[in-house]
Amino acid sequence: MEIQWQRDIEAAQREASQTGKPLLLDFTAAPL
Amino acid sequence: MYPDPQVANFITESFVPYRAHVKEQPEAFERFDVQWTPTVAIRDAAGTERHRFEGYLPVPDFMAQLRLGLAHAARLRGDWADAERRYRELAEDSSAGEVAPEALYWTGVSKYKGTGDPSALAETAGNFKTRFTDSPWAKKASVWAQ
Repeated sequence: MEIQWQRDIEAAQREASQTGKPLLLDFTAAPL
Repeated sequence: MYPDPQVANFITESFVPYRAHVKEQPEAFERFDVQWTPTVAIRDAAGTERHRFEGYLPVPDFMAQLRLGLAHAARLRGDWADAERRYRELAEDSSAGEVAPEALYWTGVSKYKGTGDPSALAETAGNFKTRFTDSPWAKKASVWAQ
């Protein structure tokens, strides 16, 4: 399973609010 | 860590995952006061940060940090039973590494907060006499010993 990363923080926060799931924020400098 | 199936499954099931790259979203680094990579932050559903860690970790340690973050989130929303369960599972997990002593400490706190029974703290202090005896968390719990 590949992680489906959100790239829009506002959308991610809305999804967290709607689902009750916490947010995992990953800040990286690695090649994407 | 992220290509690891265990990590990917756990994140997908437990979190809304968001990623920012230092060159593509520098504004996110500034907004969340991120000074180094990799940085991982866990925020509750209301948007309040509950846990943060920096630097690369091997998979078992990374997983332990994620689980610690979920336990902190449960404790800080006052869900004492869920917090106690999550901390206890970490404290008893031989793969939890350096997170385990902290989890044991917060197991006692969560049980005490949930029940009001101070013997939960004394019990935790007693556990530290045989486990993680040299950890800073054992020192913090020592004040609870009867």
